Amino acid sequence: MGNELLEIKNLTTSFRIGDEYHAAVDDVTLTLNKNEVLGIVGESGSGKSALAFSIMGLHNRAKIEGSIKLKDQELVKLAPSKMNNLRGDDLAMIFQDPLTALNPLMEIGDQIAEALLLHNLDMSSKQRKARVIELLNMVGIPRPEYVYEQFPHELSGGMRQRVVIAIAIANKPELLIADEPTTALDVTIQAQILDLIRKLKEDIHAGIILITHDLGVVAEMADRVAVMYAGQIVEIADVTTLFENPLHPYTKSLLNSVPAEGQDKLHVIQGIVPSLKNLPRKGCRFAARIPWIDESAHEENPVLHEVSQGHFVRCTCHAHFYFPEESKEEQTNGIS
Amino acid sequence: MGFLEVEDLKVHFPIKGGIFNRTVDYIKAVDGVTFSVEQGKTYGLVGESGSGKTTTGRAVIGLNDITSGKVLFEGTDITSKKSKTKNVRKDIQMIFQDPYSSLNPRKRVIDIVAEPLRNYENLSKIEERKRIQELMEMVGLSPESILKYPHEFSGGQRQRIGVARAIALKPKLIIADEPVSALDVSVQAQVLNFMQDIQKELNLTYLFISHDLGIVKHMCDDIAIMYKGRYVEQGTKEDIFNNPQHIYTKRLIAAIPDINPRNRADQFKFRQEVQKEYEHSYDDYFDSEGLAYGLQPISDTHLVALPGKG
Repeated sequence: MGNELLEIKNLTTSFRIGDEYHAAVDDVTLTLNKNEVLGIVGESGSGKSALAFSIMGLHNRAKIEGSIKLKDQELVKLAPSKMNNLRGDDLAMIFQDPLTALNPLMEIGDQIAEALLLHNLDMSSKQRKARVIELLNMVGIPRPEYVYEQFPHELSGGMRQRVVIAIAIANKPELLIADEPTTALDVTIQAQILDLIRKLKEDIHAGIILITHDLGVVAEMADRVAVMYAGQIVEIADVTTLFENPLHPYTKSLLNSVPAEGQDKLHVIQGIVPSLKNLPRKGCRFAARIPWIDESAHEENPVLHEVSQGHFVRCTCHAHFYFPEESKEEQTNGIS
Repeated sequence: MGFLEVEDLKVHFPIKGGIFNRTVDYIKAVDGVTFSVEQGKTYGLVGESGSGKTTTGRAVIGLNDITSGKVLFEGTDITSKKSKTKNVRKDIQMIFQDPYSSLNPRKRVIDIVAEPLRNYENLSKIEERKRIQELMEMVGLSPESILKYPHEFSGGQRQRIGVARAIALKPKLIIADEPVSALDVSVQAQVLNFMQDIQKELNLTYLFISHDLGIVKHMCDDIAIMYKGRYVEQGTKEDIFNNPQHIYTKRLIAAIPDINPRNRADQFKFRQEVQKEYEHSYDDYFDSEGLAYGLQPISDTHLVALPGKG
């Protein structure tokens, strides 16, 4: 230990719907070490992006409770001006859609230079340009001098994502959050971008949080994986343990719903991810989706249990979980 | 005579330019594609964005004008959009990629699903409602939900409404254009299982368009790989995945992330080798314009784009 870069304790991020606050991220506790890739997996609505935005301080109107510490500096309730100094410098983010993340009216080079300009006031414009070219080289863009003066629409999706990554790493961040960095890209480009992120990790020694719903990407990239469901972490373990000995019913179900060799029918998780307003706040949140498991198997107030070193699972229902014999009635579900 | 035959299909889009806005060049979105699909099978079209796979699908159903070539459906030429082909067209339906934008948000489910029925069949109000309730049951949605609006459903349920609309006229061929790429994994599984179930029930044929090789492997009997409007390889699922011949296919297959974290190092090495081979032998597989060559048979089912033998 002592290698901790980010420490999140009891983080709860709530959004206001009507007159009430609803927690999209509920009591999340996490640590990230230097030089580590933490994968966060979950379906849409599980709160994984809300968690990332909370760390980056990008939520405007949310109520954030708990603590986020980056190298002993508390980020929750940090003054906006101080947060602005950190963002893009010590912590940076790679966004999902490279087309919307870039300014369409600004040259590529200027967009990257902007990140440098904001955090390195003593850099001369010549130095800045040299650094931008260096960054474009780093992320594998051919003919950087030429691309410097191009606009985002002139680049392909993969090239755009490289530019977004160049902006994110411009100031050698210590924490890099990648929110579905390859979801919008083709597989061959995805493989290239993942290689790039892997290489950058070695170059800049950053801690990386990789948010994705693609289990294959996690299996290839992450050192540790946290699985989120309905705003909570339901399982966290190192990557081999998670894929070889998954415990939580949700993790198992997710792994089973991906097409694999020799699989005839895919597993379908019953029901739907509950919306923020309808989240079950009491008991095991996954219980409604595995109704064939006896109620007594669940804990009244599920907490994370450490089943082996570094492997945590929420609720006790995993010990009693089995897949039902699949039949058509079970797979199709009506309107809830 | 095959069920669906596509012969040397070309779809070229004009690029307008110059002072009189004349056509200065063409984008060859689909450039000479030939294939045939048997009834009851699933034929997969794979490629990266811009490879022309969607355009091919849309040309078959008549949403894109065909520049040259022929589309034969059960022996009938449906290349041109004359009124003669109207009755054939109801046998071909489409499932769209995005269940959020392919359903009219201002229409109730009953009106969405009834639209094809109203176009082709003269049903009374009562008959129509009965048919739609049957359809809803088939896709696993409750018959009472026909009066709801699309926003009241989840992504998977919406995609099933799209499927209900596609099967309303009891079609024989369904063109599924990335039917699950907008959905979460667990919902993907639901829609894919369901598509397989109704395929058996109704003896449907699918033209399955996707960029996700894992899903294509799961769903399809025969697979074609497209690149820049041309086929680079075509064969059975086993041909493509166990014995890929074209360097582009190899590269595509190598790029699929491996779900076993223990294979990480091997997979990484393998990918680098394939990438090296790709760069090294690029000129052997593509002509001077970077396009694939014509297809050469290497077995009864397996065709690969290789430079012509004289």
